[in-house]
Amino acid sequence: MKALEVRSLTKYYGEFQVLKNVSFSVEPGERRAIIGPNGAGKTTLFNIISGTLKPTLGKIFFFHRDVTYMSAYRRSRLGIGRTFQITNLFFNLSLMDNINLALQISNSSLNLEEFLRSWGFWEKRRTRVGNLSYGEQRQVELLLALAQSPKLILLDEPTAGMSPVETEAITRIITELPRDITILIIEHDMEVVFTLADSITVLHYGQILCEGTKEQVKSDPRVKEVYLGTAGEEV
Amino acid sequence: MFLGVTLLIALIILPFGLGSYGLSLMISVLIFGLFAMSLDILIGYTGLVSFNHATFFGVGAYVVAILFYRGWDNFWLALPAAVAASVLLATVLGLVVLRSSGPYFLMITLAFGQMIFALAWKWRTFTGGDDGLPGIPRPDLGFPVSMWNEQNFYYLVLVFICLSFLLLRQLFRLPLGRAIIGVKESESRMQALGYNTWLLKYLAYVIAAGFAGLAGVLYVYYNGFISPQELNWTMSGMAILMVVIGGTGTLVGPVLGAGIILILQNLLSAYTERWPLVIGMLFVICVIHVKDGIAGYVMKLWEKGWKGYESPGSEKPN
Repeated sequence: MKALEVRSLTKYYGEFQVLKNVSFSVEPGERRAIIGPNGAGKTTLFNIISGTLKPTLGKIFFFHRDVTYMSAYRRSRLGIGRTFQITNLFFNLSLMDNINLALQISNSSLNLEEFLRSWGFWEKRRTRVGNLSYGEQRQVELLLALAQSPKLILLDEPTAGMSPVETEAITRIITELPRDITILIIEHDMEVVFTLADSITVLHYGQILCEGTKEQVKSDPRVKEVYLGTAGEEV
Repeated sequence: MFLGVTLLIALIILPFGLGSYGLSLMISVLIFGLFAMSLDILIGYTGLVSFNHATFFGVGAYVVAILFYRGWDNFWLALPAAVAASVLLATVLGLVVLRSSGPYFLMITLAFGQMIFALAWKWRTFTGGDDGLPGIPRPDLGFPVSMWNEQNFYYLVLVFICLSFLLLRQLFRLPLGRAIIGVKESESRMQALGYNTWLLKYLAYVIAAGFAGLAGVLYVYYNGFISPQELNWTMSGMAILMVVIGGTGTLVGPVLGAGIILILQNLLSAYTERWPLVIGMLFVICVIHVKDGIAGYVMKLWEKGWKGYESPGSEKPN
C-alpha cells in the first residue's frame, strides 16, 4: 500500500515543460523531502498533487485511488492537506475563526480549545491573524492544515523567511507530528531536510535526478554538483 | 450594539420630524439601502464585484408590475413570486457568470445585465418597453392600515430592511456564512481545507439576488412605476458606489452609503446639474483615504473612543 503514487507526471506551461515524466511513490508514514534548485518544478508538483493544477500527462494515486482529475477540495476531504509557500491565511479573521473554518468542514473530532492549547495558541485565539508575528503566522499555516486531520500533508517551504530560532521551533514541531501522517515537504534549508526527512527526492529541471535515503542522496556526486555544492555557496 | 440601537431608534422617530418630502426621500434611502446591503453580500462578504445587481432589483419590480397588469394584485402573493423570480434568474445566471473571476467576472455580469436590460426594453407586450409599466398602486396588506400614507409605508419598508439585516447578520454567524467570508479572504486556502468554493460563491450570488429582488418589490410599490432604466448598468454602478462609500462588509454601511448619495443628489441637484461630479469625488476620496467606508471609519472612531489607544496593532492597515 502506497500513501501516494505519482506516475509519469508531465506538465507543460505552454511550450515550456516544467515536469518531465516524474514518477515516485511514498509509503504511509514516510517523511519525504523534495529538494532542488529554484525553478525545478517543486511547487508545480505540489499543486498537481493537491489538485489546483491538472497535469498534461500522468496520474496521481492516493492510497491506490486515482485522484488525477479530482478537484482540489475533494482531495482535501479525502485527506490531502497542504500549506503554502507564501503564507495563505484568513488574515482579517481571528485565530479562532481560522481554525474553526478548518474544523467545521473536516470530520475530525478535534476540539478547538484542546487543539489551540496543545499548540500554545489558546491565549491568542481572539487575535486577528494578520496581527500575529510572521513566525506565528507560519505556525498557523501548519496548524490550519493539521486541524483537518489529514492523512497526507504537503508542506511547501514551512521555514521560508523564518529566523534560525523560529526555523528550529517549527522543525521540532514537524518532527514531533504523529507518524500516521505522511509528510511531503519542499524545503531549501538542508539542515531542516536532513533533520526531518526519511528519504529525499531531488528534482532538477523538472526531472528526478536521484532519490533515496538521506545518506544515499548526500553522497550522490550528481546532487553535490547541481545542488548541494551551490547551496553551500549561497549560504 | 449601542450604535445599532441608537440608529434604529433614530429611524423609528425620524418620520415625526420630517415633512412629506423628507419622508419620501427617507423611504427611497431605505429601499436603496436594502438594495446596496444585498450587494454587500457579494462585494463585502464574498469578494465578488458584480455589475448586474440591478438585474435582480429590476426583475423583482417587474414581476410585481406584470402580475398587477394581469390582475394579480395581492401583496402577499406578489412579494414571494417576485423574490422567487429573482432567485431563479440568479440560479441560472450564476451557473454561467461564476465560471469567471476578477475583472472577467465584472465584465460578464455587465454583459448579462445589459442583455436583460435590452430584453425589458424590446419586449414591449410584456414589459411596456421604454414606456415602462406605470400606475402600480401601493400594496394592500389585508389589514386596515393604508399604505398610501407615507408614514405607514415608511414603517413597512423599515420592517423589511430590519428583518433582512437580522437575517443576513445571522447568516454570517453560521458556519455557511463563515465559509462564504473565508472565500473572500482566501479562496485557494478554502479549497485546500476542503470547501467547494464555487458552490459557496454560487449560494452567495443567489442569496444576494433574492434580497435585491425584495428591494425591487418595495421600490415598485413606492415609485408606482418601473422602466428598463432600473435594470440598466447605471443602477448597478450606483449600488457599487453606495457599498464602497458606506463601507463594505458591514451590511449597515451600504445603507449609510445609500443615504449619503441620495441625500447629496437631492440637495445638490437643486443647485447644479453637475452633482455626479461631487459624488465622483466622494468616491475617489473614500477609495483612497477611507478604505473601510464611512461605516468602517465611524466604527474605528467608536472603538478608539471606547478603548483608548491600547491596541495599536489593530490600526495596522491591511
